[in-house]
Parts: sequence; structure tokens; C-alpha cells
Amino acid sequence: MVETVFAPWEDPNASPLISFKNVTKRFGSFVAIDDLTLDIYEQEFFALLGPSGCGKTTMMRMLAGFENPSEGSMSLSGQDIAGIPPNKRAVNMMFQSYALFPHLSVWENIAFGLRRDGVAKDVLSARVDEMLKLTRLEKFARRKPHQISGGQRQRVALARSLAKAPKLLLLDEPLGALDKKLRQDTQFELMDIQEKTGTTFVIVTHDQEEAMTVASRVAVMDEGRIVQVATPQKIYEAPDSIYVADFIGDVNILTGPVKATGDDTYSVDYGGEAPVIATSERSFSDGQIGHLAIRPEKIAIHSDRPAAPNAVQGKVLDIAYLGNLSTYYVELPNGKIIKAQTANTRRISRRAFTWEDPVWVSWSATAGVLLDQ
Amino acid sequence: MNRLSPFNVVSLTFGFAFLYLPMLILVIYSFNKSKLVTVWAGFSTKWYGELFRNEAFLDAAWVTLKVAVISSSIATVLGTMAAYTLVRGGRFFGRTLFSGMIYAPLVMPEVITGLSLLLLFIGIGMDRGVMTIVLAHTTFSMCFVSVVVSSRLATFDRSLEEAALDLGASPFQAFRLVTLPIIAPAVVAGWLLAFTLSLDDLVIASFATGPSATTLPMKIWSSVRLGVSPEINALSSILIGLVSIGVICASLVSKRHTLRIQREERAAERAA
Amino acid sequence: MPYFWLLALFLIPFLIVFKISLSDAALAIPPYMPTMKEGLGAMLSQLDFENFVFLTEDDLYWKAYLSSLKIAFISTVFALLVGYPIAYAMARAPTEWRATLMMLIILPFWTSFLIRVYAWVGILSTEGLLNRFLLWIGIIGDPLIILNTSTAVYIGIVYTYVPFMILPIYAALERLDESLIEAAEDLGCSRMKAFWLITIPLSKGGIIAGCFLVFIPALGEFVIPSLLGGSGTLMIGKVLFEEFFSNRDWPVASAVAVILLIILIIPIILFQRNEQRQQEAEQ
Repeated sequence: MVETVFAPWEDPNASPLISFKNVTKRFGSFVAIDDLTLDIYEQEFFALLGPSGCGKTTMMRMLAGFENPSEGSMSLSGQDIAGIPPNKRAVNMMFQSYALFPHLSVWENIAFGLRRDGVAKDVLSARVDEMLKLTRLEKFARRKPHQISGGQRQRVALARSLAKAPKLLLLDEPLGALDKKLRQDTQFELMDIQEKTGTTFVIVTHDQEEAMTVASRVAVMDEGRIVQVATPQKIYEAPDSIYVADFIGDVNILTGPVKATGDDTYSVDYGGEAPVIATSERSFSDGQIGHLAIRPEKIAIHSDRPAAPNAVQGKVLDIAYLGNLSTYYVELPNGKIIKAQTANTRRISRRAFTWEDPVWVSWSATAGVLLDQ
Repeated sequence: MNRLSPFNVVSLTFGFAFLYLPMLILVIYSFNKSKLVTVWAGFSTKWYGELFRNEAFLDAAWVTLKVAVISSSIATVLGTMAAYTLVRGGRFFGRTLFSGMIYAPLVMPEVITGLSLLLLFIGIGMDRGVMTIVLAHTTFSMCFVSVVVSSRLATFDRSLEEAALDLGASPFQAFRLVTLPIIAPAVVAGWLLAFTLSLDDLVIASFATGPSATTLPMKIWSSVRLGVSPEINALSSILIGLVSIGVICASLVSKRHTLRIQREERAAERAA
Repeated sequence: MPYFWLLALFLIPFLIVFKISLSDAALAIPPYMPTMKEGLGAMLSQLDFENFVFLTEDDLYWKAYLSSLKIAFISTVFALLVGYPIAYAMARAPTEWRATLMMLIILPFWTSFLIRVYAWVGILSTEGLLNRFLLWIGIIGDPLIILNTSTAVYIGIVYTYVPFMILPIYAALERLDESLIEAAEDLGCSRMKAFWLITIPLSKGGIIAGCFLVFIPALGEFVIPSLLGGSGTLMIGKVLFEEFFSNRDWPVASAVAVILLIILIIPIILFQRNEQRQQEAEQ
């Protein structure tokens, strides 16, 4: 695998910008964050990913200063920020609803934070103009929020939150309200701005595509805990658990007792005709239950038996046509359904497989990940 | 539903007729040359003239106006503070009591609030006059303002305040620069409500006043006890006229404003 | 700060009212003798229930309370019968009209209450417009005596308070999802039945709120029974006022006030509960 150039989390000498140490947050009897420890480094574009209620928004609000941890400590640049109110932190937030002040113009919205700091008039004016230019909003400076479109409002929210050049910028589901096309464009714009300004971004989202696109590292959360923190690549190709494997993208899981068959090679008896083979860096003891996770795009579909380490026979139960891809739901003799995804390189009428066809699905020994949880 | 059924049309017609005919009749008869309601003696504006020459009425009107402006202004400030405490205060000691005290005057018969206030004034040895009327009006107006403002505050988007805090504003600055300008229409509505209630109040003013001060409602009351009085008709017509113009203007302005905002929003979306 | 203001200007006076009603009638002017200057101890030491007993002995007061309850109740019912159709029609009106209709309902509210009640004096008197109109079209031979009777009071209360009945009902009806009625009709309900089985129960919250908003103030009404009612119309608000200003018997007036308040506590609590339930339902 190719190493990304930017990886401060691997550098033993680097000190994190943000540090959570054993942070717990309770609301009454409900535990929102459970003994969480995490380091986020400067200039990262860090994503907190998880379903609703997993605690990601609470974490962000604690960073912003709207909530305080019940236990544990949080530090920013090495300083404990637990008691510091939100208006005194070098942290700014871009709200999910944008929270633009409706009675102020775009210009005044962006200038708001700078004014509170008592910045000199000419410096303030220059900075606001800089932000307008960065977000391509120069033409709309005098307008009020209700006079601009949703996408433009989002850019105002971004400009406003960057105006004070904070050390840390928090983004709360920033792209949720945008339609798909705009969302993709804005994702790249965000990454661009992040690199240009060198700010550390922490984004909270439930949309895994978004997290995978923009983030340098992703933390998958569930019920107040971090399940895995890694680069998007690693999260996708080498998930730690079924939860992560299933949360990000589509996955097939074959479960069964594992037996070692060679160096780092195991066979998994999932209850089919023959056990399947997988290589694994994780070691397993004989008989231990393992879960083989294979992504649908790594599974090929054939009409005749292919020459591959793993080949299983089945029947096409259903086909999901997505324009550029087709996902074939293949039912195996033992009842298990495998999803195989291929690009539609040929037109549908000339497609090789259709419903009820007997087919073979295959994958290599290295295609999947063997998980123990 | 685009068209109203005949039953509904009839309901509305009778309903509005019921509400407006008495006032209309008053206005018409204020122009009646004759003193009596029974006879229409011709069109005349002489009662309006009599009204304006009546010093007692003019004095009372002036007192009433002063009291209304002062008491509603103070009531608006206090009521807004009370509303903020109620909506944002969470659970504080004595909250139920406070909330009860705020809402009680709304439903309490005025004779009771009037009597209570009077006894308080006596109890602390205060001379009754214009000052006590102002205090009395401020008290019950404050409750009405509080209701109006708190209903607006309850639907106020708190993320706007949080954004202000996040950008470096202190809590008070956030209130002053963000919350207050946005809830301003509700605060103004509260002021208007307090003003109207004060202007119109008879019972509480009667209890709270002293020998020196008479308000317009009190003057009207002493006149109408004896029966129909054409000067009162004239006064009533003036008041009805002023209020109607005010309400209609306010309604038109508000409607135009809302339409303009909607148009601008739609234009922005289309242009994007 | 509003807390202290309210505490001072409301709770304390109320306690004083309570105290006074228990004390002896004073003869001097000002009628009420002990002041706070003498301290709470002195006030408490003079507690006795003489005035309350006096109330129970004299017929006038009992009758006034009962009469008030009766009048307020009947007026509320009439207000409901008048107000509901208007609210219903408003809720069914085309959306563009609704703001205007709302404004038209509220406009009378901003006009002086006193003036609006006064208007009826001219209409309901024996030489008033209503009688002249009825005589003219020949329905009656002799003028009806309406002014200075309870009937005039009913009309007056309904007239003044009907906007308070209309607004909560309108709010409840407006929130009503029309597709519910359509579903009912689709399942075989006639229009009338759909109205009784669906619309009315779902607007219940609004109906209750409206009724309380009329009943509670009407109970203590003073202006309307004084202007429109006669000496035969007994309402407790009027009694209290007269007791206070005409008879100068402050302690008795206080006792009257306290009992009225006690009578009102239950409706007020019920009203607050209904409001809370409404708010929770909305969430």
C-alpha cells in the first residue's frame, strides 16, 4: 500500500493539537461518551463518523465549549480547556443549520467575530474581503441571508467561521442540506480551503461517502465509543470489526470456525460446500470463530467455474441496476446471499447474467479481511 | 379548500356583522345632531367640537396617555426579562411560583388584582395618584408582555445564540446583538399590547388612583353610567378610527414585508 | 429582577388581602387601620374570621356567587355556539384570506373594551336600535326589555369575549390535517358525521382553552353587569366593587375577593393543565 505523505499520527515526536483523555459525558443517566481517548493532529481533516446518537455531535460540542466533560480531560495545544467558555476558545464552528444572523448582511455576518475581538477597522475590512474572495462571495457581500441560495449560505457560514483564523474548525454535517451535485463540488472546495488555510478541520457526519472523500483520518463511532480510527483507505480495506466493515460501504460476511492452512493463511468453514481461503495478518487459533469480510466489487461473477482460490456456485436471486454498476445478489446452496458488484461494461441487453441463472462467484485469497469481532 | 361552503359564508358574515355593527352604530350616531339615539336629526359634527372643548376629558386623556407610555415601556423591559428567565432559566428555585405569578393576572378578574394592589399601596404608605396607577399598570402589563415574548423566545433558534458565542460574543452581547434584534417584533407587539391594556383599563385604575388623578376610562365610565352620551359617542368614534387605522396599517406593512422576503428567497434560489 | 417585582407587587398584596378580610372593619378613614409598619406580628395577631362569617350570613353574597357562576357558564356556552362556526369558517377559508380574517377578529380587541360595551347600551335600550328595528319590521308589538336584565349581560359577555373563544379554536382547527376528514369520508362517513366524530374531538384542546378564556374572566366581570345588567343582575365583581367604593367596607370587599379567588383556583389550574397538554402534544 502507498503511504500518504501527510501522517503526523505516525510520528512519535509530533504532539497533538487536540487530546481527549478518558473523557466521559453523561446526560442524567444516559452515557453519551464513554471513556474516550483520542488525539487529533494539526492540519488534519478529521472526520467523526457514526449513526445518530453515537456521540459525535456531543464530542464536537465539547470541543466548541457548549458542553463540558463529566469525567476526563480535554486539551487544546497542550492546555486544558475544560472550563473555558465558548467565546474564549480559539475554536470556531460551522453549524449544521448555518445559523447565519438573519438581520445582518453577509459582510456583517463574516465580520461579527472580528468585531467582538475589537480588530482595527482596516484590518477587519481586509480580512472580510479576503474571506469573501476565498469563498467566492464578493458579489453577495451586501445581501441578507434570505436573499441568497442555500449553497451560498453554506459558503457564508464557512467564511464566517474561518474569519478569525481559528486553530480548529468544527463542521457539523456541513453538506447535509445540499443536493448531490453541489455536495460533491463543495467537498472538494472544503478540502481545498483546508489545505490553503492550513486549519485543522474536524467534521461530524453520518454520511460515510463524505467522510471517506474529505478526511485524512476517520474515527468510526458507536454508542459513545470510538470503534476505529484510521485513514479512509485502511478503514475501507482493513476494518477492525464487522461494525466498521458494515458501516462503510457494502460488505459480505462469511462466518465460521477458522483453521490455519499455512503462513498467515486460514480456511473458513462458513457452512458451504468447501471452506474458503483467506490471508490474514491477524492470527487466529484453530477453531476460533472468524468473520471473512469481502467487498462486493472484489467478487467476480462467471457463468463457468473460474480458476480462482475461492469459487462458489450459486443462483442469481436479484440484480440491482445502478446505471454504472450492477450488484448481483447470488444465493448460495446453504441459503447465504453474496453480493457481487461489477461495472456495466456492456449494455444490459447484452448482459451475460439474468435472474435465476446459475453462476459462479469468485475472489482471491487476499481480497477479504478476516475479523475476529 | 378553495371555496367556502354557503354555511361558512353565512357564519362569517353574521359573525363579523355581530362584531362590527355596534361599533359602526356608535360612529354613525356620533354624527347625529340629536342627543337621542332614537331620533336621527341630521348630520352634525357638533359633538366632536363639544368634546374638544371639554377640559376634563382632555386632561384625563393626557394623564391616560402618559400612564400608558410609561407603564408599557417599563412593563416591556421587565416582561422581556421575565420571559427570558422563564424560557432559558431551566429549573431554578421557585420557578413554579414565578411562573404562576406571571400567568395569574392574565386570568384573574381585574377587581381582585386592583384590590390587592391598592391594599399594598396603603400598606407601604404610598400616596395614591398617577404614580400608583403607573405601578399598577406596569404590574399586570408585564405579565402580558411576558407571555407574548416568551412564546417568541420558545421558538427562537438557539443555534444563532451559540454561533454568536462561538464567534467570541459574551452571553450578554449575544442577547443584545443577535437575540434582541430578531425577537424585536414580538417585543414591539408586547409593548403595543401593554399600551392598549393600559389605555383601556378602568377597574384597576379606579382602585389604584388617588383624588388627583383621573384617567380617560374613568371619565368615560362616570359619563356612561347615566346613559347614552353623544360626546362619548364622538370620543368612541375617534378611538375606533385611530385603532382601525393603526391595525390595518400594521397588518398591511407586515403582509408586504413577508411577501417581499418570500419573493427574495425564491429569486435567490432560482439564481443560484 | 422581575421576580422580586412580581413577588412584591403580587404575592404580598394578595397576602394582605387575605389578612384584611380576617380583620375587623375599621371606622376611620382610611378604613383600613393596621399597616405593615406595625409588623407582621401585629397583623397575624388580628386574624379572625369575622368577615368570612358575615359573608355567609348575608344572603346577598351567596346569591351573587351562584349568580356569577350561572351567568359566566351560560355566557361561555353561548360564546362557544357563536364562536365555533366563525372559527371553523375561518379555518376553511382560502389561505390568502386568513391573515385578513385574523386581523378583523383581533381589531375589536384593540378597541376600548368600555366603548364596545357602551355601544350596546344604545342598541338594547327600550328606545334603542334593536327595538326600533324589530318594531319596524313588525315582529313585535311592544318594545322588548333587554337592557338592565341578565339577557343584556349575556349578550355583552359574548360580544366582548367571543374573540377569545375564536382564537384558540381557530388555532386548533388550522392545525387539523384535512386529509383526516377526507380519509373518514373515504371510509363512508357523511359530512356531518365526520364533523362530529373527527373535527370536534380533535379541536377539543382549543375548545377547552376558549371556554376557560371566557369563563374565568367573565366570573369576575364588573363593567358589563354594571352597564348592561340591572339591580337584579347579581355578579360578584359588581358586588365587590360596590362594597368597596360605595359602602367603603374594605375588609368585607377583601373577604369577597378571597372567596372569589378560591372559586377560581380550580378552573385556573385546569386551564393551565390543558395548556401544558396542548404544548406537549405539539412536540
